Amino acid sequence: MGLLSIFLVTLLINNIVLTRFIGLCSYFGISSNLRNSAMMGMAVTFVAVSSSAVTWFINHFLLTPFGIQYMRIVAFILVIASFVQLVEIIMRKTMPRFYSAFGIYLPLITVNCAILAVNLINFEEGYSLPASLVNGLATGLGYTLAIVLLAGIRERLAYEELPRSLQGAPIAFIAAGLLALSFQGFAGIGG
Amino acid sequence: MAEERPNLRWEAEKGILRKNPVFVILLGLCPFLAISKSVEDAIWMTLAFGFVLLGSCLVTSFSRRWIPKNVRIPIFVVVISSFVTVTELIIRAYSPTLREHLGIFLPLITVNCIVLGRVEAFSSKRSVLESLADACGMTAGFGLAIVSISFVRELLGSGGLSLFGRSLVLLSQPVSGFLLSPGGFLVMGGMLALLKKLGVI
Repeated sequence: MGLLSIFLVTLLINNIVLTRFIGLCSYFGISSNLRNSAMMGMAVTFVAVSSSAVTWFINHFLLTPFGIQYMRIVAFILVIASFVQLVEIIMRKTMPRFYSAFGIYLPLITVNCAILAVNLINFEEGYSLPASLVNGLATGLGYTLAIVLLAGIRERLAYEELPRSLQGAPIAFIAAGLLALSFQGFAGIGG
Repeated sequence: MAEERPNLRWEAEKGILRKNPVFVILLGLCPFLAISKSVEDAIWMTLAFGFVLLGSCLVTSFSRRWIPKNVRIPIFVVVISSFVTVTELIIRAYSPTLREHLGIFLPLITVNCIVLGRVEAFSSKRSVLESLADACGMTAGFGLAIVSISFVRELLGSGGLSLFGRSLVLLSQPVSGFLLSPGGFLVMGGMLALLKKLGVI
């Protein structure tokens, strides 16, 4: 599969949130505010791309030569957790302004399933380094797209008069369902 | 002893309805929506989830005095991911089809917010018995939620139920949209609204 088709398939057709059902906790937890959602999306994209590179090296120079691929879950989650911590420290020292806008979302990302999922998908599909990076980028952008769209809808819905039983979470799920329905329209483009 | 018994029961019962991890706290949604296409897979998912949750709660609660506060999260994550690896190896050895059905959501139990949440908020501070009661309650709550939603989705989406080799056909024209991702979100929204209307949550 070419890089462009990996990008398009991951971004739209197999959208990480709306089609694959991954990363839903933060998706519903944060999407009530548009600005926070966009920041979270950017943070996820950044960590998805950079952790894809790191775990590719771990996989090819540590797990595969020693034949311990079954340890991948433990290895990947540890790498992601320490990598996120490292990025947070570097950011706080060198880019304080960026850190104050972005930093609080970084610890949350450690346990965001989207990040571990990207790395596991890279592993299962046997992607090369460029393909892993593209997959990470497209997954992050797909997450950003989905969460920004839902946040836009939920900000509008906040002003509507809804039946009491639909307020809050139920209507958010129904809105996400309609979004997912529209993303079904992309199915078939990538073949 | 007389004081502890109602306490344990309370800890076990709260996960089922009052603090149901899925319907009330809205955690652990990824496997919940993705694996709820068939009741059978939902039951297996609950078993795998329960094994990881019980094991991690047992270990973290047992060793809570020796875990330093600053590095507790990485330690919890290593404990949880070890139990997930064990589960994955067992399932891969005995049932490759089940592994295919659960797919990526089996390794993703590692980052399931319910597991890390219970370990961090409960079992790292409480006694072993209390943590076990809490983990059982949470597993039961998760199982109840995922089995009920997959019952609705399988019934409407494939027209009947098939469970451990027996099948039952009820609808002649199933609406396969319920098995796709939009159906999952819509059924979940509908169920939450219904539970709110009935005053359960």
